[in-house]
Amino acid sequence: MVRLPYLTALTTLFSYGLLFAFGQMRDFFRKILDLWKSKNLQGYAPICLGLEDFYTRRLYLRIQDCFNRPIASAPDAWIDVVERYSKDSNKTLHRTSKINKCLNLGSYNYLGFAAADEYCTPRVIESLKQYSPSTCSARVDGGTTKLHAELEEVVARFVRKPAAILFGMGYATNSAIIPALIGKGGLIISDSLNHNSIVNGARGSGATVRVFQHNSAAHLEEVLREQIAEGQPRTHRPWKKIIVIIEGIYSMEGELCKLPEIIAVCKKYKAYTYLDEAHSIGAIGKSGRGVCELLGVDTADMDIMMGTFTKSFGSCGGYIAASKEIIQHLKNTCPAHFYATSMSPPAAQQVISAIKVVLGEDGSNRGAQKLAQIRDNSNFFRSELHKMGFEVLGDNDSPVMPIMLYNPAKIPAFSRECLRRNLAVVTVAFPATPLLLARARICISASHTREDMIKALEVISKVGDLVGIKYFPVEPQKHLTDKIQKKLE
Amino acid sequence: MASSAMLVTTAALDWVSAAFDAPLARAVVFGIHIDGHLVVEMLLIAVILFQLSRKSYKHPKKPLTEKEIDDLCEEWVPEPLCPPISEEKQFHTPTLESAAAPHTIVNGKEVVNFASANYLGLIGHEKIINSCIGSLEKYGVGSCGPRAFYGTIDVHLDCEKKIANFLGTPDSIIYSYGISTIFSVIPAFCKKGDIIVADEGVHWGVQNGLYLSRSTVVYFKHNDMASLQSTLEKLTRGNKRAEKLRRYIVVEAVYQNSGQVAPLDEIIRLKEKYRFRVILDENHSFGVLGNSGRGLAEYYGVPIEKIDIITAGMGNSLATDGGFCTGSVRVVDHQRLSSSGYVFSASLPPYLATAAISAVDYLEENPSILATLKNNIALLRKGLSDVAGLEVSSSPQSPIVFLKLKKSRGSQDKDLQVLEKIVSRVLHEDSVFLVTSKRSTLDKCRLPVGIRIFVSAGHSESDILKAVDSLKRVAALELE
Repeated sequence: MVRLPYLTALTTLFSYGLLFAFGQMRDFFRKILDLWKSKNLQGYAPICLGLEDFYTRRLYLRIQDCFNRPIASAPDAWIDVVERYSKDSNKTLHRTSKINKCLNLGSYNYLGFAAADEYCTPRVIESLKQYSPSTCSARVDGGTTKLHAELEEVVARFVRKPAAILFGMGYATNSAIIPALIGKGGLIISDSLNHNSIVNGARGSGATVRVFQHNSAAHLEEVLREQIAEGQPRTHRPWKKIIVIIEGIYSMEGELCKLPEIIAVCKKYKAYTYLDEAHSIGAIGKSGRGVCELLGVDTADMDIMMGTFTKSFGSCGGYIAASKEIIQHLKNTCPAHFYATSMSPPAAQQVISAIKVVLGEDGSNRGAQKLAQIRDNSNFFRSELHKMGFEVLGDNDSPVMPIMLYNPAKIPAFSRECLRRNLAVVTVAFPATPLLLARARICISASHTREDMIKALEVISKVGDLVGIKYFPVEPQKHLTDKIQKKLE
Repeated sequence: MASSAMLVTTAALDWVSAAFDAPLARAVVFGIHIDGHLVVEMLLIAVILFQLSRKSYKHPKKPLTEKEIDDLCEEWVPEPLCPPISEEKQFHTPTLESAAAPHTIVNGKEVVNFASANYLGLIGHEKIINSCIGSLEKYGVGSCGPRAFYGTIDVHLDCEKKIANFLGTPDSIIYSYGISTIFSVIPAFCKKGDIIVADEGVHWGVQNGLYLSRSTVVYFKHNDMASLQSTLEKLTRGNKRAEKLRRYIVVEAVYQNSGQVAPLDEIIRLKEKYRFRVILDENHSFGVLGNSGRGLAEYYGVPIEKIDIITAGMGNSLATDGGFCTGSVRVVDHQRLSSSGYVFSASLPPYLATAAISAVDYLEENPSILATLKNNIALLRKGLSDVAGLEVSSSPQSPIVFLKLKKSRGSQDKDLQVLEKIVSRVLHEDSVFLVTSKRSTLDKCRLPVGIRIFVSAGHSESDILKAVDSLKRVAALELE
């Protein structure tokens, strides 16, 4: 967990307080100026009431240029960021034709499949010619092509589960599948930092939702014992079933799930486990099979394994892998399978080809190289950041590393200064993180070379000094120790 | 009984005051004469105060011991994660071996495809495929990130502009999945306490959006304007509070569940009378209705700005994937930070955005394609007007021709079984691929099920006649 330094917390709160006060003042004047305008509503309630969009208007718009930056290339190691300008102090942004070639530390291109690939791209184009971009039909109607059937089989084999089912969007995979698994009278115990798609899916299911402290098996056990003993609220009937939902890598923390401990607790209390591997599948593990492989957990212990194709495989969509019975049940009930347009066939082909590369079935060892490269890159980058004194979250081997910024003013400062030095980084603030814990997030890719890494580190170090986010003491520099060694010799 | 108790108490009190009277006789403190009476009263006040200060009586709490919790946990038996699967609930979906164009291959046999909502016949269109190839080579397949974090590719912005220009709205926003568009848009605008009036026949995506919004949802009878009016009247008349709340009407342009077309002119009249906003789902009407395919508003000649929020999937007439929402700048900008399906999801693969742009271009250049589609629909409806045991229940303009049983077998499941049998025979005996309107068990729609025939401009006259003949023949065998 993050431990917010006392002074930083104080300055951060002060900054937000100031922004809030100014925002309120501006709102006050706006209200006076808009008094005559409100009559134009003619009896409609305003689309946003009072404070609902205060954050957007008064805080977000000031630094809008740090987000939604358009790019004009594939999201590969280097990207062409389109320059934008604003004439009304950031309220609206306009594109220019100028581009800025930047090193990309923002995209989830873990294995480097985002750009054209010698094995995948020709096959994708072939599939596009054969199947067109879309089937215009749901999976259960006329939206199942041979590619979909093949991909389901390939994915099941890859994650080592008996069967799998596909969806055209990762977000919808979670939000449409959870209601098909559990309903009223069921209990979902969810990690406190789970992704919004899980939160929405759990809410949409009608089941009771409880939260356990992030990654804490002890607290999970406490919640489980309490809930099983209490039963359903008011009626005290025993729960129909309990599903514990966790993620493989938490995308905003870069942390790996403490899977062995959590699985042991779930097994002990007969709770079902649902693992969301959106960021971990393909990116970690010896053969890219995700967090189970990395932490030595048998996939048979997982009841439901979910993952997406957006990240490591450079495509779109998501999957659920589970036992044959569960997959059959989902195929009979899941709304996304019934009503949503099936996954685009060329995108399915991209995943099939990418998995084949990862498994070495393309007849080369590029997959193994990519996996070694991302692991190497991540660990190198993380240890260097630590040495420079940044507060970096997350575990070793994880390609996601957040650098804490805290103060709201440091968000745009870090982002803009990096961009000026041709480095595209992602800064994350509320609502994706708690208000006080704004951060920059680095996503490492296998397509980054060592030179790229060193350049990025130089820039981040320089900007880090400028913005003042090296919250920890700097470790003795390497060249210093070298000098000392030389002297000794 | 009570009076004797009173007597005893009074006697006891009198005795106590008398007992204190004697020793305290003539004791005066600060000019107050202290006697037994005062002492008794002070005592009573003390007792009352003492009682008041005590907590009210509660059952003594006996928390479960660790041992008991262990036993409870031991005893608890969860239900299986999924119920046992019954054979008749399973659907046998054919696997396509080529593109889902008007003619496709199933089981090695060429069939006529009426299962894809490929209304304009754009699947397999060379120009669109070529534009996709160009896009694939430049941008790769996926966007590898949400829109906020370098997942905004320039073609996304171009596509948003293109759609807005085509429809004549100020701005639009693209989602990466058709069905998630509507269930993200509704909760972005409707919050707890707001009022939504929705048609009872809306598809699952809308139902899910309504549920997630936590607003007060009132349903009106399917496509029945009298029912809508009475619902609106009931909600607003004499209800001063309702004026302060956001009020929405949620309807579909062409109902996926019935093929009915919503009477937009009437809806707009009611909306303006009762001051509701309209959210219109144009999944099956965008690119189909109206003289140039601009959807329901064009068909009814209603200015598009009268509809507050329009959403549509691009997986139907545009033959790509994803969805969009369009409306005023305020409506669109609000979603960019508060619509969960937009903020928290990876963006649409760029080649699909390119395909959407090319499809709209194509539609703009060839509006005659809509006339072909219209003719095809009319031809099919004419042919199906006298099929044994089945009747066409969709609106004449709808590209979904909906056939339902004249006589229901009693339940949706039984109806579906009968229809499934017809559809399967039509496919295997006559190579015409039709689909029934299957429903997920989570779907709350209770409209009758039927056979859904998706007509395309790519179908030839002989394709349509073939489907009509086959349906007539099989329906006669199965339903008579």
